[in-house]
Amino acid sequence: MSYIPVTSSEQEQMLAAIGVGSVDELFADIPQEMRLNRPLALPQAMTEAELMRHCRQLAGQNISSDQIVSFLGAGLYDHHIPAAVAHLVGRSDFYTAYTPYQAEVSQGSLQAIYEYQTLICLLTGMDVANASVYDAATAIVEAIAIARSVTRRGQVIFADDVHPDHTAVARTYSKGQGWRVKTLETGGGQIEISSLEESLGQDTAAVVLSQPNFLGGIIDLKAVADVVHQAGALLIVCVNPVLLSVLASPGECGADIVVGEGQPLGNPLSFGGPTLGFFAAKAQYLRRLPGRIVGRTTDCDGRVGYVLTLQAREQHIRRQRASSNICSNQALNALAAAVYLALLGPRGLKEVAEHSIQKAHYLAEQLTQKGLGDLALAGPYGNEFVFRPKADLDMIWSNSLNAGYLPGLRLDQVPQLPPSLGESVRGGLLMAVTEKRTRAELDGLVSLWEELSERG
Amino acid sequence: MNVADQYFPTIFELSEPEKSGYQLPDLDVPVHELTELIPSPLLRTKPLPLPELTEPEVVRHYTGLSRRNHAVDVGFYPLGSCTMKYNPKVNEDIASLPGFASVHPYQPEETVQGMLQLIHSLEQMLCEISGLQACTLQPAAGAHGELTGLFIIQAYHKDRGEGNERTQIIVPDSAHGTNPASAAMCGYEVVEVPSDDRGGIDVAALRQLVGPKTAGLMLTNPNTLGLFDENTQVIADVVHEAGGLLYYDGANANAILGISRPGDMGFDIVHFNLHKTFSTPHGGGGPGSGPICVSDDLEKFLPVPRTICTETDYRLKYDYPKSIGKVKNYYGNIGVAVRAYAYILSMGPEGLRRVSETAVLNANYVLARLKGAFSVPFDRFCKHEFVLSGKKQAALGARTIDMAKRMLDYGVHAPTIYFPLVVEEALMVEPTETESKRTLDQFSEIMLQIAKEAEENPELLQNAPHTTVVRRLDETKAARKPDVRYSGRKSDG
Repeated sequence: MSYIPVTSSEQEQMLAAIGVGSVDELFADIPQEMRLNRPLALPQAMTEAELMRHCRQLAGQNISSDQIVSFLGAGLYDHHIPAAVAHLVGRSDFYTAYTPYQAEVSQGSLQAIYEYQTLICLLTGMDVANASVYDAATAIVEAIAIARSVTRRGQVIFADDVHPDHTAVARTYSKGQGWRVKTLETGGGQIEISSLEESLGQDTAAVVLSQPNFLGGIIDLKAVADVVHQAGALLIVCVNPVLLSVLASPGECGADIVVGEGQPLGNPLSFGGPTLGFFAAKAQYLRRLPGRIVGRTTDCDGRVGYVLTLQAREQHIRRQRASSNICSNQALNALAAAVYLALLGPRGLKEVAEHSIQKAHYLAEQLTQKGLGDLALAGPYGNEFVFRPKADLDMIWSNSLNAGYLPGLRLDQVPQLPPSLGESVRGGLLMAVTEKRTRAELDGLVSLWEELSERG
Repeated sequence: MNVADQYFPTIFELSEPEKSGYQLPDLDVPVHELTELIPSPLLRTKPLPLPELTEPEVVRHYTGLSRRNHAVDVGFYPLGSCTMKYNPKVNEDIASLPGFASVHPYQPEETVQGMLQLIHSLEQMLCEISGLQACTLQPAAGAHGELTGLFIIQAYHKDRGEGNERTQIIVPDSAHGTNPASAAMCGYEVVEVPSDDRGGIDVAALRQLVGPKTAGLMLTNPNTLGLFDENTQVIADVVHEAGGLLYYDGANANAILGISRPGDMGFDIVHFNLHKTFSTPHGGGGPGSGPICVSDDLEKFLPVPRTICTETDYRLKYDYPKSIGKVKNYYGNIGVAVRAYAYILSMGPEGLRRVSETAVLNANYVLARLKGAFSVPFDRFCKHEFVLSGKKQAALGARTIDMAKRMLDYGVHAPTIYFPLVVEEALMVEPTETESKRTLDQFSEIMLQIAKEAEENPELLQNAPHTTVVRRLDETKAARKPDVRYSGRKSDG
């Protein structure tokens, strides 16, 4: 399939209009020594049917979340996505449009983003939000850029229980950009005010925390914000958006910038991307936000309309003085998140969170009450926890997979897990439960592990 | 009442208490009070103020919004440097197969062999297309690819003990704004090199600029004027001899597929925009994907994990001590990569070459038709796009912005305007290869008609657009008094 509608006779007419004899003449400015004088070494073209067969075969070599009972979370969660989300996001008037540069013919995308920005503000309890960035990790580094420029300081404190991927990305940027990452040891539990106070220094630009933390624990943010602000630093909190329907909002807790992974809001897992990073802040940082922002205005006849606004921050105007180099956003993923929130509404989202939390606690209780192991951490958690099985982890792992369960994330296999955390969770499984898991599935896993421990 | 006069309410104004578009199954496990599980000070006290609607209302709202958009499936979209080509439908179906869409990135490798194979194959195909040796799919967009490439340039110089000395990145004055912005984000000093009278880099000026401070040069080729730099070889030699690296911004790679490869031109690092060159949808502004390919020498600096092929299977490998680290969560925008993979397979080697040949043919055809009516800053054959200047029409009172808005009345999207900055009143037109001669002729007629209108009735253009759902919007007001979230006011703007 080529998707090229120009016929050979049309090509002749076009060449004549241009005034050349062949297409090759149009490439005369590319010197011969830079030409590839052979076909690319790529597979021969496939028809649609051949392509579909090949791709189905490849997809068939992956076990999808429909084929296995999964307890894998760690930042991305297998929530039910209402059918209407894919149908609306799949409207090609949305997905084959580009960044809304010509506002008058892009009111659909623009209004959808404006509504998305509002939904993110409502969810996080913050004043303003942008049109989204790539993911949670890049949202954190963009938030740090704001903190560095506001405070003119060069050190950022990361709690050791922030997602290790986020911290790894931040370390890459810190090396390239010349700022420093300092680790705050939490042991996976609450932030100890005294150790936070000790960590904060004259050069601390920001403190980055995660709610819940990477291990599922829910932390008390309220106590933290004052201490961070007293030291002249900004509080950046990375949140799970679904749990915000039951947890105190980070805005209320005094956060300056709130970011997070938006995948749990109506986006498929997609092997980790594309998802979206949402980005919300206090009003005073509006003109420092990275990426696109949509504003509401009026046209010359007084009608309400929407435009990309505050573009003076952006790279195509400011070039090297821009607030960020980001010029795309994850518009389609943000649209999915907005549609998801609109369908669920306040009660739907709260029920998703509550069912996930209740089912997680049921599973944890069953596992511990049957003497199959213990929870690594004592504090409160939401829909995810670290379970340390008594029996041999390798044995449990392989038998569970064989029986159709993906029992979570093996923390011993997470690259870059901070050593200070590793100690408390050694041999642990990070297990997430969503509203999709049924009691039968939870009981099934518990009885499988009971059997295995009797056998083992 | 005219449809255009109707206010399109926000979703918040459609909300009615007690409505919902979603229902969960009954909770089938024993329930605790939430406060028994999580201490009440940590819990929300007031319900979230989200809108409440039923599914039919949500569907009608967003369907209505979608109809207020121009898009590739709706009509011609000649936005220069954005490569708004057709997005094949089968690729959407493939990306939504559960084996691709519903797979978690932390699944054990043995449960995602098809995914890893796809990633590895796509990386190899992009290496072949770029003429370079190693690839990562991790960067999420073109600008992110640039940043990743610059981190690699930093790591390379640091590894050679020149990290502190090489502080400058050279970019042409015609470069995309992301180039200098990405360089500045890495702490580089940005040095601008002017264009010469053929639209390429002024080589004499470049020779003056390079030296022991040069970390690298970023170049789009063909550049944003749609012109292939005839001095590419000299430029590469000058930068390399000064000890710098060459970065290829692949935004315009749609002109060179199977014809010329950045690696063979002398570039060390290349990013591709899968959402431009390889037909993945732009999604209204994203998601994109900006993989980078590098030379053998730079492979050790690529982000981790790398996808490797062993004798028996595919693996994710983290053990690269000189790697710059991670630049994104997980492995990149893989859902986008799946579509690009399918696209390359459906085109094949001859098909990809025909993509570029036709993209260049189409651009030159439209240029030939418009030359008489508009000023052409560089009278050469263009590659996949070309830049016109609207200065003749501006002198008559119809500026480029006015002509762009008038195009909307005729049902086509406007070209990229006022870019590149080196051309006065610029209009940057990129037709792409997926447009028929009929469409190109229609567009040319529209442009010629607008040029005529500029002469006869510039006011008509100054007041355009006339037929869209809203007319020219007050951007100054939007920036001065930002309203970036709905606050409960009705239609007062």
